[in-house]
Amino acid sequence: MLQVKGLKIQQGDFALGASFDVPLGAHVAVIGPSGGGKSTLLAALAGFLPLKEGKLSFQSQSLVEKTPGERPISMVFQDNNLFPHLTVGQNVGLGLRPDLKLTEAQKTDVEGALKRVGLSGYSARKPSALSGGQIARVALARVLLQNKPLLLLDEPFAALGPALKVEMLELLKELIVDSDITLLMVSHDPDDAKRIASHVILVAEGTAHPLAEVGKIFSNPPEALKTYLG
Amino acid sequence: MYSSRYPPVALKDEEMKYLTIAAGLVMATTAHADTPVLNVYTYDSFTSEWGPGPAVEAAFEEVCGCDLQFTAAGDGAALLARLQLEGAHTDADIVLGLDNNLVAAATETGLFAEHAPLNAEYALPIEWDDSVFVPFDWGYFAFVHGEALEDVPANFEELAASDLKIVIQDPRSSTPGLGLLMWVKAAYGDRAPEIWAGLSDNIVTVTPGWWEAYSMFLEGEADMALSYTTSPAYHLIAEEDGTKASAPFDEGHYMQIEVAAKLASSDQSDLADQFLEFMTGEEFQTIIPTTNWMYPAVTPAEGLPAGFETLNTPSISLLTPAAEAGTVRDAALEEWLSALSQ
Amino acid sequence: MGAAAVALLLFLTFGTLIAVALQSEGVARLSAADWAAVRFTLLQAFLSAVVSVALAIPVARGLARRQFWGRSLLITLLGAPFILPVVVAIIGLIAVFGRTGVLSDALAIFGLPPVQIYGLHGVVLAHVFFNLPLATRLFLQGWLSIPAERFRLAASLNFGPADMRRVLEYPMLRKVGPGAFMLIFLLCMTSFAVALTLGGGPKATTVELAIYQAFRFDFDLSKAALLAMVQFGLCAAIAIAAFWVTLPASMGVGLDRVTQRWDAMRTVSKISDGAFLSTAAVFLLLPLMMVVVRGAPTVLTLPGPVWASVGRSLIVAFASTVFLVVLALPIAIWSTTLKRRSVGAMVEGMGYLTIAASPLVIGTGLFIISFRYVNPASLALPVTILVNAAMSLPFALRSLVPSLLDIEQNYGRLSSSLGMSVWSKMRLVVLPRLKRPLGFSCGLSAALSMGDLGVIALFSDPSQGTLPLMIFRLMGAYRMDDAAGAALLLLLLSLSLFWLFDRGGRTNAAG
Repeated sequence: MLQVKGLKIQQGDFALGASFDVPLGAHVAVIGPSGGGKSTLLAALAGFLPLKEGKLSFQSQSLVEKTPGERPISMVFQDNNLFPHLTVGQNVGLGLRPDLKLTEAQKTDVEGALKRVGLSGYSARKPSALSGGQIARVALARVLLQNKPLLLLDEPFAALGPALKVEMLELLKELIVDSDITLLMVSHDPDDAKRIASHVILVAEGTAHPLAEVGKIFSNPPEALKTYLG
Repeated sequence: MYSSRYPPVALKDEEMKYLTIAAGLVMATTAHADTPVLNVYTYDSFTSEWGPGPAVEAAFEEVCGCDLQFTAAGDGAALLARLQLEGAHTDADIVLGLDNNLVAAATETGLFAEHAPLNAEYALPIEWDDSVFVPFDWGYFAFVHGEALEDVPANFEELAASDLKIVIQDPRSSTPGLGLLMWVKAAYGDRAPEIWAGLSDNIVTVTPGWWEAYSMFLEGEADMALSYTTSPAYHLIAEEDGTKASAPFDEGHYMQIEVAAKLASSDQSDLADQFLEFMTGEEFQTIIPTTNWMYPAVTPAEGLPAGFETLNTPSISLLTPAAEAGTVRDAALEEWLSALSQ
Repeated sequence: MGAAAVALLLFLTFGTLIAVALQSEGVARLSAADWAAVRFTLLQAFLSAVVSVALAIPVARGLARRQFWGRSLLITLLGAPFILPVVVAIIGLIAVFGRTGVLSDALAIFGLPPVQIYGLHGVVLAHVFFNLPLATRLFLQGWLSIPAERFRLAASLNFGPADMRRVLEYPMLRKVGPGAFMLIFLLCMTSFAVALTLGGGPKATTVELAIYQAFRFDFDLSKAALLAMVQFGLCAAIAIAAFWVTLPASMGVGLDRVTQRWDAMRTVSKISDGAFLSTAAVFLLLPLMMVVVRGAPTVLTLPGPVWASVGRSLIVAFASTVFLVVLALPIAIWSTTLKRRSVGAMVEGMGYLTIAASPLVIGTGLFIISFRYVNPASLALPVTILVNAAMSLPFALRSLVPSLLDIEQNYGRLSSSLGMSVWSKMRLVVLPRLKRPLGFSCGLSAALSMGDLGVIALFSDPSQGTLPLMIFRLMGAYRMDDAAGAALLLLLLSLSLFWLFDRGGRTNAAG
């Protein structure tokens, strides 16, 4: 279980408070208006922003003192998920060894991961030769190899067209469905949430609301969500 | 010194040698490990292939059983600065190319040692009695011009009034430049700043050494260059060109006596003494007139070479005694700098 | 490592200054000639800056609003003086403007007397040759930074040329002009090789040259030190003044755009643009062409010592490039990874110190510190390598720091979320992504060191000279054909070195 207790983050004038628990294996959509603090929340969970106060733990182990790399978290950003000067295979391989000194077995694993995201044989290409959807797939392949229990996605498919986005969400779902990965995905599209999530966290006006089940929250939205959905 | 007025051809001979020396260094250390090396710092034109350097080197190495190496270390006055700069670390055993105007300043540095007694019969226009500095040639400074020049000025005032273009040398780096400074001072005394102010618009540029100035003159960048009364002998004898002449000045011509001395820090003291003795001897002195184009310090047995009799001999010779030269130099340099920097 | 590099830099700038200050104690008097040198230094820098800026404005305007054949070539050429060795340019300028040069020959046809290049006007001429292109590029950037929509709006409002100047151009010139002026002023303050070769004696002596003379002519260390203090004071004052007007970034990109100008269709402005552009092109190209023409016949038959000096110059160029990387990378990385950005900016700022520092002041300081222990001539090459590396540092930081900030911003989080160690990140992320700016910096440094004639003149021993020093001596001996041959060689070497490194940084630098 991911536990967030009395979390406070201060960024200049902007402050974010959060308290919620996420059960293991939950698929959570983090939604809310832009500027509300969704990305800030994820950055804080991943360890990119210092906490002003509060507790943060996973499986009863505090994460606060851990560096981003030490946390049981893998992450996909909005963009710049791949190093453009490294090949696809190398970019994925980074998920296994950040120094890229891969064994033969690990290289096979890289190929396997690429196959799972539908990119067999793309290993030697450079990211500049890939489409937006393919780049997202490579990032997901790396996440698979990282094999961390927590996966944070910060609007990873925002730049893709609607059809492609649906395709990617389906792929994502397929990839994690058999695992007990806990997923937190930022999105500004409620449909995304309905499509992939079991739960929703609404972040608005500097507050992250507690976890709600996806069926319940959309059928009976609280005030803040109503405002957001319009 | 700078009167070796062959056309500025060669890259200095010593530089050519640099490569060969560098290449042969490994062998030399084994095969000739016991051959002593005598390092002589001198001015650029002395070591050029048309200068006295090659002949002197061959002649001395025949008698000394040593390796004589010339290093061109800038121009006469800069030589002294170079030695001060290197101080006790210098490789030089001998410096060749200072002159009477620098003797006092050079003595003050304490870098030089007394030489072994010599019994040379100097043919200098003055009495020479110095236990450290040994003269090897002498001459009169003069402005040299080509045939085409009309209305050759007869003194500095006429020169200043004309619109002739001249190149001169920097008195801080070059002994002819310093000589010119002393010349104007000796001829005009307190009026020297006024003369310099008048000359200011005639001066194309001030070069660091004789070589640069004389080259510019030969290339047509100026009508006249400061050199020596003996300079036309080069064109006459070596090039059979009688068109170059020195302009006789009625206020007199300043003299230069070029000297060499042994470094106190030398590890080849005896060899250095041997060189200084050789320098005042017949062989060296015979080489001087037609390579350095100056009057020899000791007249060789055969006398001066044919052609030298055609040269102008000044009716008035000017000279500041070596002992006073240092003081005069400092004051005159200040005047020169401020007159020309306005 | 970053701290060590900064410490070395501080030693080079302030440490040597302290050595100089201690040496200059007791002789606190400047002679009339020294004051003349101070006046001349300021005067020539002022004139050079004024003339460069004044000429650059119409040339840049022409470039900004005209599309013509050879335009991009001309703009590329405007970047060349940056890596053009000073001696090469001087040989070219003498061949054009000297008493026996092309211009004098042309004047003689009309019965006019030949021109002289030595003296104040020669020094200013050479400085304008180097800085007119720099100023032109700065103003061109200024013009192109005015959004095209504004020109369209102005056209729809039926602006005449005067309205255009008042509303659009003057504000831009007021913004770019002072910075360009100060930058050129500062660069000309420390000019040495130009004054050394084209000055005409005491009348045209810069402080930098006076330091050299006090050293090499008089061996008056106290005087040299005193002048070094004066030079430092002048540069510091100018640099502080420059700080207020914010120096422009000289490495602009995207100069291939042309602004559409509906007000410049009149014949008068077409003719004036054409005149300024062609004059500038001839002024910049002719001297270089003369170097090629005069140098081509002798370049392959240059005497042995010239080739030996080429070897030494290459060693200097490569060594100072390596040293530049050793200095620049740690400083750049340190300054961009420091938690407090203001401290980081301070570290970076220290890297820029050398832009106002005088190589001869640093050289004088190093000499004073070392000469009691070693033969200075044996230090000539090491000191040249060190000083050249320090002098290229500001340019290297200018291109490395923004790239590093970029890398950190784009990939910093990704790298740390992947748990990369510092070294893995350096090897796998930072260095590969830095290839381009690093290649550019190395190219610049190699070309600058290859062509430098500065501190080497202070220490050099004639048999240990670099190629530029050798050219200077050939010029001194008035062997202009050999000098031109050697200059052509130097030009080719400098350009190839720059091209090689810059190219090396571009290949395989994906994305």
